[in-house]
Amino acid sequence: MSSIADIKSQLPMLLAQTVVIGVILYCVLVLFHNTQANLHARNIASGFGFMSVEGGLPINDTLASYDSSASYGYAFFMGILNTLFVSILGIIFATILGVLVGCARVSSNWLVSRVATVYVEILRNIPLLLTLFFTYSVVLSSLPQPRESFVPLTNVFVNNRGAFLPRPEFHADMIWVCMAMLGAGILSWYLVRRSRKMRDETGRGFYAGWMSLALCIGLPGITYLLAPASLTFDYAELHGFNFKGGMILRPEFCALLIGLVLYTGAFIAENVRSGIQSVPVGQIDAARALGLKPRLVMSKVVLPQTLRVCIPATINDYTSLVKNSSLAVAIGYPDMVSVGGTIIGQNDQAIEIIGLWMAVYLTINLVISLGMNWFNAKVQMVER
Amino acid sequence: MLAVATTAMAAGMLEKVQKNGSLILGVSEGVTGFSAPDSQGRWVGFDVDMGRAVAAAVLKNPEAITFVPLASKQKIVAVSSGQVDLVSRTTTWTMKRDCKQGVDFTAVVFYDGQGFMVKKSLGVKSAKELAGASVAVVSGTTSELNVADFARLNHIKLETVVFDSKKEAFNAYSAGRCDAFTTDVSQLASLRTSAADPQNHIILPELISKEPLAPYVRHGDNQWKDLVTWVLYGLIEAEEKGITQANVLQMKASSTDPVVRRMLGVSGDIGSFINLDNDWLVRAIQAVGNYGEIYNRAFGPATMLDIPRGRNALWLDGGLLYAMPIR
Repeated sequence: MSSIADIKSQLPMLLAQTVVIGVILYCVLVLFHNTQANLHARNIASGFGFMSVEGGLPINDTLASYDSSASYGYAFFMGILNTLFVSILGIIFATILGVLVGCARVSSNWLVSRVATVYVEILRNIPLLLTLFFTYSVVLSSLPQPRESFVPLTNVFVNNRGAFLPRPEFHADMIWVCMAMLGAGILSWYLVRRSRKMRDETGRGFYAGWMSLALCIGLPGITYLLAPASLTFDYAELHGFNFKGGMILRPEFCALLIGLVLYTGAFIAENVRSGIQSVPVGQIDAARALGLKPRLVMSKVVLPQTLRVCIPATINDYTSLVKNSSLAVAIGYPDMVSVGGTIIGQNDQAIEIIGLWMAVYLTINLVISLGMNWFNAKVQMVER
Repeated sequence: MLAVATTAMAAGMLEKVQKNGSLILGVSEGVTGFSAPDSQGRWVGFDVDMGRAVAAAVLKNPEAITFVPLASKQKIVAVSSGQVDLVSRTTTWTMKRDCKQGVDFTAVVFYDGQGFMVKKSLGVKSAKELAGASVAVVSGTTSELNVADFARLNHIKLETVVFDSKKEAFNAYSAGRCDAFTTDVSQLASLRTSAADPQNHIILPELISKEPLAPYVRHGDNQWKDLVTWVLYGLIEAEEKGITQANVLQMKASSTDPVVRRMLGVSGDIGSFINLDNDWLVRAIQAVGNYGEIYNRAFGPATMLDIPRGRNALWLDGGLLYAMPIR
């Protein structure tokens, strides 16, 4: 009986919601139809057919091999890869920086906490675009011309065209090194679990961390020594205007990454600080009273509780970082927006490209949100 | 909704402009010589004067213009969507734009071509010596495609660094990040004037593309397109006939040349051809002068840019400018 009564009481609400959704859907459809009809009436090309046409776009910095005779679609894909690449690296480094600065903000050391405060307040309150212009001009003006390259290590050249590093080239024997790496990984995992179990049962573990580290470096290392032909390097050489060969970290990429990391790191640091400060002082006192070392207090008492406060806010910062990477175009890094902009310039089919931009950002950020929400659910305190 | 959209399109641009009493003109975001605000904030330049001529012909007032600065990416959509009435903004007339992007080009007012600028100290004399060089390019134009085509054709490798704005691209070039900077030659000349040391930069002789620049209107409004086209032809024809800003009224009163008399509306009915009165060309010339005067004001020897007429001279002088006969 109760369920029928429930439905009856909810009926007006359900109806209202259905009507609202219906109206929204109708508006979207009309908008779409109207756009299509107007484009058609004005004889403006629409649709994604152009994506398979040869683009002729030059892109200087790609992760996969690229040639200007490739299609628009492939060029756009290169842009997506660059966006993903800089976003992923940015998120990793911004998290590391944010956690360090966040901890420094609450440090009892006066100098450390002040330096962290100054950093956070400056970076957080300057528009990212200006930070990017600043990092880019600093990167450019602090580096020498190719002919006067700075050589920090043999075969590493740094100049205003980028950092030229030896590029590793893998050969058939590399498979053994990879297998050794895999073996070492599995063994370490087992060791760590074993040690944790022993510590839980007997209160005494063994140094699983150090042993795994030795394994992970030692085993592949020995294999490589046995088969030295598995890995060779392609070195950069000065030819005419510039270096050729090797692996290049371009100034545009470095400036973008540095700018994004510095900017987002400041926000994450604030999340971490608020998380740390949300842990009641009494708990820290109690942990100290039990005789835990400061490191253990941090890792076993404070940080686990910090996570559940700072993750939701940090999801926002991650998604902002991905969106902010679209400013790359200002300093010449060929991300998705830059490549798409070029395609619009040649094709003038703006609606399609803007639609694609939105779809790609939406997808990346939904994936980040999903993953982080899952992680968040895992670290939340379970009420018993 | 559909019906509304269709009727809005059917209304002619000429009536709309006359009703509003103002011409909505799409211009650049600031390219010295073509269109840029001067120290008093008044828009001046070659492209702006073309717009002022149209405003003078249609509205009898060369100042009755609402300026809309457009980024390169927006320029086509702005006119095809009806945001602006006319775009006069260093835009290359290409087949796809003309046929599939909802715009109609009027008349070529400037024959440009893409070139390279390098520092003198580099010691390069030809663009073909640029193998391996890195080149700064501005996004949203056809210049990226032209550079890539040029490199492929000549079997050289160029590293292109694409920037959103001309300013940033030029900064990267000045800072030494790029060996060369490429865009249309006229704009290279314009940008060179903004460098700290203009004499240390040279523009290489090769032109790697044809860039006929023309104002354009929305596709399908032939009445409006004809009007703009003939105002532009009128300015070119006026130079050929020696009609200037200073002597136009005198020529109208006393010229015995039948062609001039027709052009200036003394005889014939050229006004009715484009739905205006007979004095439209007189007003346009009074406002901005003939083509040569407009060119000299923007690019002449007295300006910082100092771009020789070259291909933009009249056909009589060996250039490409050839106005269709006004009759």
